[in-house]
Amino acid sequence: MRENNVVQTKNLDWAYNGTKVLDDVSITIKPGTFTGILGPNGAGKTTLLKLVLNLLDNEKDSVLITGKDIKTYSRKALAKIEAYVPQSVKIDFNFTVEQVVLMGRTPFLGRFDRESGEDIEIAEWAMQETGVLKFREKLITHLSGGELQRVVIARALTQEPAILALDEPTSHLDIHHQINILSIIRSLAKRKNLTILAVLHDVNHALEYCDNLFLLDQGKIVNSGSPEKVITPGVMKDVYNLNVEIKKNPFTGNLYMVHDYT
Amino acid sequence: MISGKYKKTVFLLLLLILLGTIVIAGSLGSARISFSDVIKIIISPITPAGIENNVIKETSRIIIWKIRLPRIVLTVIAGMGLGVSGAVFQGIFRNPMANPYILGISSGAAFGVTLGMTMGLQVTFLGIGAIPISAFIGAVGTSVIVYLISGGGRDILPLLLSGIAIGFFLSAMMSLLMYFNRSQLENIVYWTMGSFNASNWQKAAITAPVILPGIFFLIIFARDLNLMVLGEDSANSLGISVRKSRLVFLLISTLITASAVAVSGVIGFVGLIVPHAIRIITGPDHRTLIPYSMLGGAILLLVSDTIARTIIAPTEIPVGIVTSLLGAPFFLFLLNRMRHPK
Repeated sequence: MRENNVVQTKNLDWAYNGTKVLDDVSITIKPGTFTGILGPNGAGKTTLLKLVLNLLDNEKDSVLITGKDIKTYSRKALAKIEAYVPQSVKIDFNFTVEQVVLMGRTPFLGRFDRESGEDIEIAEWAMQETGVLKFREKLITHLSGGELQRVVIARALTQEPAILALDEPTSHLDIHHQINILSIIRSLAKRKNLTILAVLHDVNHALEYCDNLFLLDQGKIVNSGSPEKVITPGVMKDVYNLNVEIKKNPFTGNLYMVHDYT
Repeated sequence: MISGKYKKTVFLLLLLILLGTIVIAGSLGSARISFSDVIKIIISPITPAGIENNVIKETSRIIIWKIRLPRIVLTVIAGMGLGVSGAVFQGIFRNPMANPYILGISSGAAFGVTLGMTMGLQVTFLGIGAIPISAFIGAVGTSVIVYLISGGGRDILPLLLSGIAIGFFLSAMMSLLMYFNRSQLENIVYWTMGSFNASNWQKAAITAPVILPGIFFLIIFARDLNLMVLGEDSANSLGISVRKSRLVFLLISTLITASAVAVSGVIGFVGLIVPHAIRIITGPDHRTLIPYSMLGGAILLLVSDTIARTIIAPTEIPVGIVTSLLGAPFFLFLLNRMRHPK
């Protein structure tokens, strides 16, 4: 049975120490789509992402994964459906790239199991997809920011998830690696029917890559839908206080945004 | 770092080194007993009755069974415990500089002993005297207090800082008690330096059932530590419950450390250095790091204790001094290696 909405939140509220971070957030995400969460700093983007990963203690029935309350899943069961790429990863121990990627198989292993040949093949596939296979023996502590980010994505893919949640996957990368990573992710969404939910900062990345956007401001969804519907001069003025123009990118035919610097 | 196929060989090699060290430790002392006699005496209970061992002197037999072997066994068990709990604490705190005393266990044990000595505590439990009991209670009690006041281990940093604060507080309390009870000063100071000279079979028999099953459990759950090193959110999203796992790891490694400290005093550096050195050999995977650290800890502590009791015999120096004297330069060497990788 394939649910129509793979991720859904219903009137989701969240507060940190009495301060409201999310206010009545309802989103639905269809399988195989690339969805972006946009919004200014402090809008609640990361909180929303963590809530749909069950990393925070939310109320019952406010987050549904493939139609079932997220609270009814064990952590292990959820790890077979959803994978998470956090905003920054810092590892002080000398694991090899392959060791870190293989950790993605943990939800599928019993307490006394070691990784099988099949597990290693899946990890190799994930490393191939993300272009890290060639340095599989390298130590994780010796990688550049771009390499590490791709390793973390490979680890998430090794979980063979239906949903991949990424928190600003391009934040520490140069423009070449930004495009590289987002293109990898989009291609996976298309070929593997993987559902992507990504917190993004760059509006132009959202316009170029996403099928759907949710624009958050001060904990509320202020606009949602296709990128061209969400990113408009009026909305950008309201949310970011920016004067923008939306144009057509001659290279890709998609929209892009320019803004003034006053 | 060694690759997978040599890992078993290295493990067997460490095991052989440990067995060799046991024989050497059994041989050395005021009465020199030959290596072959030590081996014959140790395996005599499992030697078939037909084989004659009468050539071995009865005094050697008594020295080995009543004096040296209980001490060796206790040292090996404590060394295993400290090596393993060091590896686990470093994993929990995601910091290769952490050690088993990071939550104030050593200060707690020392405070417990000081309190017990100054009050003239005279309890015994299963043949164990007042000092190990007060040390154990002090150590475990301190960890529990640190855990509770830091918000139940919700985050790592408050746990670490509370441990340091409580540690300083208890050290000050201990100094205060010592200041007003100078007659006990010497005993207390010697205890904190760590020693196995009061070893006996009872202590080994009561420590082993805590430390050995504890290590077994930690080895089984070692994979969770690998995930915890990635960070709390990553580990949770990979299917473990970090808060639960952290509590279990802290609880077991605290019991292991407290048991080791109770029977030997505060022995520094073993729990810090052993996992470090092992990580250089095997890499950071806790599924190998923990069993290797078990052997590494036992070897280092047994070598140190043997040096401590023989180097200026008949006088014995506290083993804690030896581990720190050997350990500190070695640690600096490792640090240097980390700063200037080849």
